[in-house]
Amino acid sequence: MSDLRDLYQQVILDHYRSPRNFGVLDPATACAEGHNPLCGDKIKIYLRMDGDRVDGATFEGVGCAISTASASLMTEAVRGLERPQADALIASFLALMTGDGNGAAAVDLGKLEVLSGVKDYPVRIKCATLAWHALRAALEGGDSEAVTTE
Amino acid sequence: MTAPAAAVENEQRDSAVFDVERLRACFPILEREVRGHRLVYLDNAASAQRPEVVIDAVSDCYRTYYANAHRGVHALSEQSTDAYEAARAKVARFIGAPDSHEVVFTRGTTESLNLVAQSYGRRHLEPGDEVLLTEMEHHSNIVPWQLVCEQTGARVLAAPITDDGELDLDRFAGMLNERTRVVALAHVSNALGTVNDIPAVVELTRARSDAAVVVDGAQAVPHMAVDVAALGCDFYAFSGHKMYGPGGIGVLWGRRELLAAMPPYHGGGSMITRVTFERSEYMAPPQRFEAGTPAIAPAIGLGVAVEFLESTGLDPIERHEQELLSHTMEVLNDLPWVRVPGHASNAGSARAAVVSLVIDGAHPHDVATILDEQGIAIRAGHHCAQPLMDRLGVPATVRASFGLYNTHEEVDLLVSGLHEVRRIFG
Ligand SMILES: Cc1ncc(COP(=O)(O)O)c(C=O)c1O
Repeated sequence: MSDLRDLYQQVILDHYRSPRNFGVLDPATACAEGHNPLCGDKIKIYLRMDGDRVDGATFEGVGCAISTASASLMTEAVRGLERPQADALIASFLALMTGDGNGAAAVDLGKLEVLSGVKDYPVRIKCATLAWHALRAALEGGDSEAVTTE
Repeated sequence: MTAPAAAVENEQRDSAVFDVERLRACFPILEREVRGHRLVYLDNAASAQRPEVVIDAVSDCYRTYYANAHRGVHALSEQSTDAYEAARAKVARFIGAPDSHEVVFTRGTTESLNLVAQSYGRRHLEPGDEVLLTEMEHHSNIVPWQLVCEQTGARVLAAPITDDGELDLDRFAGMLNERTRVVALAHVSNALGTVNDIPAVVELTRARSDAAVVVDGAQAVPHMAVDVAALGCDFYAFSGHKMYGPGGIGVLWGRRELLAAMPPYHGGGSMITRVTFERSEYMAPPQRFEAGTPAIAPAIGLGVAVEFLESTGLDPIERHEQELLSHTMEVLNDLPWVRVPGHASNAGSARAAVVSLVIDGAHPHDVATILDEQGIAIRAGHHCAQPLMDRLGVPATVRASFGLYNTHEEVDLLVSGLHEVRRIFG
């Protein structure tokens, strides 16, 4: 069972049970939704940009431990980053998941490293990357209309 | 003869009829290990495994006599055609079809239901007409009806289920009216195992409408004796891969007079009597609905799967699976952190051996990963029944679905796997 322990580390279980930055961000400047058709899980990311800087990020949705913890850790990590740093963080995280060494060294992932166990469970990688794809979409000009009407 | 001696004899007869270890030995894949554990395969509702006789029949066809069916005068084509048509006759007998011309080979339940929706539905549906489904349908018995309703201006309605996961027959009856042209429902729910009372549904439908009754039998045929004549429905659809047969083959049974009045579904070779550029004349059913080269070897394999089910006996299979179900429900009842939504605890209702459960504080996806680590294959998700999940108020469930080769020991392994989940997620 040692592999499962790597996957379900305490930090992950903690973020699953008490997700940080969970809920609607009001006001927000962008949002985007990620959808995993395999399990039906949906995650919505809200961003508040201050110029080029991520002033705040939250998420909503029901998901498994991996997708919830990943989204929770992500909202913590991305806050306060300038756009290029945020892009680099996303690239590094996705590289960590796909085991692609090239992008990995670019950014220190810090606490996000706890998710590295996921790469040994190929069918679960999509769970871990769901929020990150949504974040990228939100940064690239997610639908701010949808957010303000909520 | 004394009573105990009779009991012993009965027991012996039963175990001679249903010897699960002997049956397991017929399925080569069950010997396989997964992550260092012997495979515990509890995902039979998604797809079952095949016995060696089915694998051999498919392989034998390709090795020794394969050729296109219905298209040659040479020896191999004749042999393939004979074997293909013999499979059709076996399937007809298996489901109590009065006539093997009523058995159409398709790619599976999904294609069978699309065929009915297009060839029957499109002819009979007009703006304002209604197609009545239930809240427990698989997406493959929802989406084809939505498509044909978009084309015709008819609309889809869903009859409600109770909190216990049963079709609410009173409310179903209340929704039937002269605009109802099609009633389409599962014989057995793939997510809940609920066995719908088809004869009752047919009786209510006939009394209140002219609707055709279309039954999705994908989850019924592997688990209980099915007799379409006794059910009284108009169409019955199922898949080979869920009944220990090959993938890529399925069946649509339809009443002869209904099939005869239906236009083709696909156009192509093997379904016409004469083609000119002005017009084509179609063959009679079932060929009218089998355009193109069919899945010949899989159909032959399906015939062998049918024989395998018949020789094992649907009644003993059902009895065995019901015992597994009771055992499962009993042990799950003792776990306060497990819920089985849509499953009445006060039994009495008919259920196939499918259990959908949720664990407090652990998402089904995580449960599946932890069980997989112990070699236990279950399905986590919405089971292609999102409206049902919405109705039950859960995003997803963990589904254990049993087959004829599952054992009580495997139920216990599942339960110890759930304890492991609980240990991790606390
Ligand atoms: C109740 C039910 N209907 C329809 C289907 C669709 O069957 P298939 O995917 O073989 O076409 C399934 C299984 O996936 C099912 O369980």
